[in-house]
Amino acid sequence: MAELNTGDGGGGKGGKVRAKKQSSKVDLTAMVDLAFLLITFFMLTTSLSKPQSMDLSLPDKDPDSTKTVDTKVDENRTMTLILGENNKLTYYMGLLATPIAGPKDIAYGKDGIRRELLKRKKTVLEYSAGIGKPKNGIIVIIKPSKKSNYRNLVDILDEMAITGVETYAIVPEFTPEETKLVNKI
Amino acid sequence: MAKIKMKKKSTSTDMTAMCDVAFLLLTFFILTATAKVPEALPVDTPSSTVQSKLPDTDLAIITIGKGTDGKSKVFFDIKGRELRKKTLEGMGAKLGVAFSEEDQAKFALMDDFGVPLANLKQIIDLKAADRTKANQPGIPIDSLDNQLKEWLLVSRRATIDLSGGTKELQIAIKGDAKEQYPQIKKIMDILQDQKINSFNLVTGMRGKDF
Repeated sequence: MAELNTGDGGGGKGGKVRAKKQSSKVDLTAMVDLAFLLITFFMLTTSLSKPQSMDLSLPDKDPDSTKTVDTKVDENRTMTLILGENNKLTYYMGLLATPIAGPKDIAYGKDGIRRELLKRKKTVLEYSAGIGKPKNGIIVIIKPSKKSNYRNLVDILDEMAITGVETYAIVPEFTPEETKLVNKI
Repeated sequence: MAKIKMKKKSTSTDMTAMCDVAFLLLTFFILTATAKVPEALPVDTPSSTVQSKLPDTDLAIITIGKGTDGKSKVFFDIKGRELRKKTLEGMGAKLGVAFSEEDQAKFALMDDFGVPLANLKQIIDLKAADRTKANQPGIPIDSLDNQLKEWLLVSRRATIDLSGGTKELQIAIKGDAKEQYPQIKKIMDILQDQKINSFNLVTGMRGKDF
């Protein structure tokens, strides 16, 4: 395509140099390829550079504590997750004094807490259906300890979104028994 | 019998039009793309599978992370130029620090910052490239001198004033993944003291298999 006609006039007959008829068309394939590559790049980077965000709604913090009414919650429906230091995680079902399951250490991620959450969610729904209130799902109480980091919290909130747990609360308050549990892990 | 002659077809197509369109689009995307400015406090956000995007305007971002000296710092950023101007004006009036028109115009074009209000003018006067190197100490959030609270109050009021009461400021927390929970809790408490019970957490993106 791109070559130079170097003078080879010497051997021609009669010395008449005939100009070669050249096509006026340029092959644009490579140029179009490049243009589309760049388009793809700019399209993706403009929409991907926007940061993702996760909505978090907390309950109203009422300074007037006399007004708060303690709501009774069926302990068979509650699951407590304690976030410890060094990315450790402990869970138990029900009350800590008389737990239905646990307290047990568990790993973050799909083979650890997610599998457990899905299993527990199912059993709670079956339990609620058994007592005639099929709409009552699992209640997860998230207790981040002082040593836990922000990643742990976001990971757990993300698990809530993935497993579809609708009722959960972040409670950074620990009973003495729970503090013992945190120190153990 | 006459022999049917197949017409010889050229394999090359005319790409001129395609090339034109491609470059037109390319120009459009290049021009609309915004250049990424380096952040004054770089943080490594944790990732999540949630895929909602943050809005472009009427947004305040509170960044929490560790600076180069290893201390936890809080930085503040507001999106939207008019809102920034109005907020700075309000802050100046509230805490008794004077900012000129020029300062306000410069502040509108800035990004996040992390200095007490008294030192903000020095940061505004710096060049954009120097601001990230300035080693800003963070916005004070102690109970004695809680400037973050003031910034939030003033910027929320400014959003309502500018939009005529139709819009509200959205708040996003951008925390470093390794930041300990009590630090994040402190910021959430400041927000909740102002009855902001719903806010966003800035996260990265990841798939569901982790």
